Amino acid sequence: MEYRIGIDVGGTNTDAVVVDNSGAIVASIKCPTTTDVFGGINAALHGVLEQLNVKKEAITYAMLGTTHSTNAIVTRKDLLKVGVIRIGKPAGMAIQPMIDWPGDLVTTVSNQVFHVAGGHEFNGKEIFPLDEEALKEAFKAMKGRVEAVAVTSIFSPVSFAHEDRAAALAHEILGDQIPVTLSHEIASIGLLERENAAILNAALNKVARTTALGFKKALENEGVRSAKVYLCQNDGTLMNIDYSIDYPILTIACGPTNSIRGASFLSGCDNALVLDVGGTTSDVGVIRQGFPRESSIAVEIGGVRTNFRMPDLHSLGLGGGSLVKVNGSHVSVGPESVGYRITEEALVFGGSTLTATDIAVRLGLADLGDSSKVAHIPMETAKEAHTVMMDMVQKGIDSMKLTKDPVPLVLVGGGSLLVGNTIEGASEILRPENFSVANALGAAIAQVSGQIERVYSLDSISREKAMEDAKNIATEEAVKAGAAPETVQIVEVDDIPLAYLPGNATRIRVKAVGDLKR
Amino acid sequence: MRLLDEQAIEHIALGASLLGTGGGGDPHVGKLMALNAIRKHGPVKLVSPSELPDDALIVPSAMMGAPIVIIEKIPNGQEFITAFQGLEGILNKKVYATIPIEAGGVNSMIPIAVAAQLGIPLVDADGMGRAFPELQMVTYHLDGIPASPMVIVDEKGNRVILNTITNNWAEEIARVCTVTMGASVMISLYSMTGRQVKDSGISGIMTFSELIGKAITNARKTNTDPLEDLLDITKGYKLFQGKITDVSRNISGGFNRGLCAISGLDEYTEQSMEIAFQNENLIASKDGTVVASVPDLICIIDVDTLIPVTTETLKFGRRVVVLGIPCVSKWRTPKGIETVGPRYFGYDIDYTPIEKLAAKQEG
Repeated sequence: MEYRIGIDVGGTNTDAVVVDNSGAIVASIKCPTTTDVFGGINAALHGVLEQLNVKKEAITYAMLGTTHSTNAIVTRKDLLKVGVIRIGKPAGMAIQPMIDWPGDLVTTVSNQVFHVAGGHEFNGKEIFPLDEEALKEAFKAMKGRVEAVAVTSIFSPVSFAHEDRAAALAHEILGDQIPVTLSHEIASIGLLERENAAILNAALNKVARTTALGFKKALENEGVRSAKVYLCQNDGTLMNIDYSIDYPILTIACGPTNSIRGASFLSGCDNALVLDVGGTTSDVGVIRQGFPRESSIAVEIGGVRTNFRMPDLHSLGLGGGSLVKVNGSHVSVGPESVGYRITEEALVFGGSTLTATDIAVRLGLADLGDSSKVAHIPMETAKEAHTVMMDMVQKGIDSMKLTKDPVPLVLVGGGSLLVGNTIEGASEILRPENFSVANALGAAIAQVSGQIERVYSLDSISREKAMEDAKNIATEEAVKAGAAPETVQIVEVDDIPLAYLPGNATRIRVKAVGDLKR
Repeated sequence: MRLLDEQAIEHIALGASLLGTGGGGDPHVGKLMALNAIRKHGPVKLVSPSELPDDALIVPSAMMGAPIVIIEKIPNGQEFITAFQGLEGILNKKVYATIPIEAGGVNSMIPIAVAAQLGIPLVDADGMGRAFPELQMVTYHLDGIPASPMVIVDEKGNRVILNTITNNWAEEIARVCTVTMGASVMISLYSMTGRQVKDSGISGIMTFSELIGKAITNARKTNTDPLEDLLDITKGYKLFQGKITDVSRNISGGFNRGLCAISGLDEYTEQSMEIAFQNENLIASKDGTVVASVPDLICIIDVDTLIPVTTETLKFGRRVVVLGIPCVSKWRTPKGIETVGPRYFGYDIDYTPIEKLAAKQEG
């Protein structure tokens, strides 16, 4: 038997699970997240391995979903000084790089910005030839002033020749060791958002190195030496640990994705709604083909706009700790909550605050604490409060469903016992075992992916040919990332015609996903 | 006259994305260009048409091409120096002020950047009161003002000057040039006198945009009923509320033709709405009955934030409110309907003002 470890660092808890070949959870633990992050990881790793009675060599994979990169950006700590190159002059001069960043982040990250002639048109034609002399001058000027370089060339998702050449020159002048981020490797069309991601990625190199080496060391300290080590990305797939040092920005905000993926796996549903009920709020997400449905809204990281996709979540002000207020015949629930203090403040735990959990206990939906402490609540009132809660859930679910047809609903999270057994619009309600560690499980079972986004001119090739080309490239990328070729599937195809433009240009985005090679 | 600062620009950009009725391109890039320019050159003077000397030369400034290209190939910023020099050479007169061609989308912002950079006033008026896809779809055209001489300039420094026999020809030739020049270019056309702006422009539109933007911004801060404020300001109607269940598109002749299906939520449960869009939203039908059509404005906004949703970002599952806003009266003349009515866009229906359709729905 072979085993995988999955660890997920959340805001409150760091969870770890071990799963076997069949995907069954054989050990799991929850530890408090520590301010240095590694304290929590070490404790969770140690705790979960202690429960496990197998040889350490049998652990073949270890996956980590962590907040190191997000924390570094938010706290402005351990970020490198970045030399910023934008290729495309004379285009691009009307908006300076980092124009809408928070001032303190700009000061921390960069004061070396250069515009260089070059770049491409939407159809791959050069705007101007790359000005190599200007590039060399820029890198010479950066010497001793920067610790990393970020290069963004106009329409590099269509043609990345100028970015590649710039990387070679950067290494020639600033040395082989200087980390260089090329924008086309991490994000898609949308120059400013892609450039933002590239600059942040370059700035995170040191943090990424610390995280990767730290996780490896933590594993070694526990005797896990032969496992392949991966980090989780925000799209629910994995990067191997060497890759993660080069592309840390892709690990941002992988938590919600892991949670939805874990719920999908636990319930065996590829298409379902997920309701994750926490202490203060609940999130409704959608599983489509085993992956979270993505939001279409631009995502900000530490005040910087990027074009990363995050799971589409609908939040409700309902959790296990939500305050229940009774005013005559009127009953209200939330959005105020006792949060993590529930184990002191809820009535059933000897506190003095009426919470959603107390209502669930009174109605016999949950068996928690001391039920005699809620026996005085009139049944009518408890029922009324529960109706209010279910109305909130109902509305949240309605707003996320795409059709009127009922779909399965997967309940996860500590507060999910609040939810009754029938909900209109849910074909069935699934309460998988181990629901409280869905996040870490999501990390443990993650797959690998390849993705591309290109603009094709359908005047020169047929739409089918363009699609096929895009799918082939995405598949190749997935295999490069470590997928077993026979398991690779195309999970997403997006095709958006370019507006206000004759010539049938269309933007095609394809994502391929496969299981890790054994 | 008043000065536009960064805060005003933020509000106008947000208002412009509503008036874009789904098209016109995301004003975000235009807003950053405007901010970049005023940080460098100082705030912009906004003047109302009544402040213009009758014989002053007023020149519109706009971007033409694919919105997705402008978010990638950001302009140079010097394009209008080249463009206005070209026009001044032909017309033998100095440009007094610039004016937007449309109030919706990215083109509401470009003139702000131009005014800041060139140190000239910006006129508080436009030629659409919203966004439209073609160059002849302006009130200036309705009043017989020629688009020519038209200047097209790219970021590389190429300058094309068109003299066309009709405004429709200007549209056709310019679009071909646009593609060859890299699919995102800067244009100047419909040069006017101050008198013509007073007669043909839609006065006060930047201020109107700013009010809309303020209402949407406040929606995010307060817990009052911000939709009511927005409807008050725009004299608009709430047409529908629901979630997007299907978006289908295809292209023909450079224009998106799409349909967006929305299924009702809350008080609209069990009802459905279908919105036909090309680049802009054109026809809204509720349960098969037309409730608004172009040239009236059909705006899709996010249900929680009231932030306008563009046709390019229509996505399954998005929860939205649909608003209908009456267009300016200039569009409701026979020539106006012929230029921008439903039939021009290929829909076989007669235009009925939204006020009448709304009254019918209630009755």
